[in-house]
Amino acid sequence: MELLHVGLAALGAGLAVVGAAIGVGKIGGSAMDAIARQPEASGKIQTAMIIAAALVEGVALFGVVAALLGVLTT
Amino acid sequence: MIAHKSLKIIVTFTLALALLPFNAFAKDDSQAEESKDEFNPTDMIMHHIGDSHGWHFFGEGDSSFTLPLPVILFTEEDGFVTFMSSEFHHDTEGHHVVEKDGMRFVNYHEDIYKLDAGAETVEFDEEHNVLNASKPWDFSITKNVAAMFLTVILMLIFFFGLAGHHKKSKNAPAGFNNILETLVLFVRDEIARPQIGDKKYMKFMPFLLTVFFFIWITNLLGLLPGAANVTGNIAVTVSLGLFTLALILINGNKDFWQHTLWMPGIPTFVKPILAVVEVLGLIIKPVALMIRLFANITAGHIIILSLIGLIFILESAGVAGISVPFALFITVLELLVAFLQAFIFTMLSALFIGMAVAEHEHH
Repeated sequence: MELLHVGLAALGAGLAVVGAAIGVGKIGGSAMDAIARQPEASGKIQTAMIIAAALVEGVALFGVVAALLGVLTT
Repeated sequence: MIAHKSLKIIVTFTLALALLPFNAFAKDDSQAEESKDEFNPTDMIMHHIGDSHGWHFFGEGDSSFTLPLPVILFTEEDGFVTFMSSEFHHDTEGHHVVEKDGMRFVNYHEDIYKLDAGAETVEFDEEHNVLNASKPWDFSITKNVAAMFLTVILMLIFFFGLAGHHKKSKNAPAGFNNILETLVLFVRDEIARPQIGDKKYMKFMPFLLTVFFFIWITNLLGLLPGAANVTGNIAVTVSLGLFTLALILINGNKDFWQHTLWMPGIPTFVKPILAVVEVLGLIIKPVALMIRLFANITAGHIIILSLIGLIFILESAGVAGISVPFALFITVLELLVAFLQAFIFTMLSALFIGMAVAEHEHH
């Protein structure tokens, strides 16, 4: 029973990470495209990219923390 | 040349892998009797990322090298009680009783309990409610607090040095002060100015610089062996997030509150719904800041400890050939994360403050 809880929590954390991976991948790819098109704006693009990536990553970390709490309280 | 290098790496890894099973077999019969207290990776990791009342560096039990730290307790009946954490003799299972001013304390899993009269150790019922003891207010200088003091002292030394230079001369500083000034200018020109605006950024520079350097230095100190996991403690990041929230609330101008609570230009019946969403967003912003920093740093520590723990789980020295280089790789990655998280926290704080103080043009 406890193993099931831990397994489900791990699965949840994994799903959150998959979502974040897609998000960060798209952000990174688009930033690459943008920098390739306008290399002179790379500084601004990088800043915007890091902010967007951090916001996406934050959501994934919510999932991971929730999963961690699930594991630690069983 | 590159192919040659990667070949070398592959050979090394294969050798390490090949060594693995033999070592495991060799240890099988000789160590069977010794493994009565089995290695528990969860306990090990939780012990390393958690807070504690003494600063443990290495070793076990009484022969360990631990820096004793003051324990400061407040009980409602008898006021403050202080003693050094070394009086517990490294006991965290609630067996060693410390007597002070007629009160008896035990340390159970780094929570300090005050025992009732006649009790020898803490006992719990099934729902983990304590039966024969009470929990005093704990204001101890724990490992995390001590590590924060260390950061504060370092920051005072660094920045009084830099400020002292600028009081005396008008030339650019040399050496270490020059590095610091580069970083200060980085925070000003890359974070504060673009996010808050040229007119108002000066007011928030002290906060942004303090937060940036505090998080960065504590992150870097946390990567040292035996160091505390300060920014991976949710209480610390909650406080940092609350500072940002307070600055947003205090400095929010009329436009900001109007756009939060009763935004113009939309139908009236939508306004209450959006106001709820906006107020929730106001709270979620610092919560996201807090979770991001906490989870990033804690995750990094857990990964490194898990990789090292693999050696002891598989009981084979051959695993070290793989897990130590991986742990080193993650540690180097953590150096980047340490900076990135300080940058992100400061950047997003500046962004949120900038949103609160922005002047809107009314058409």
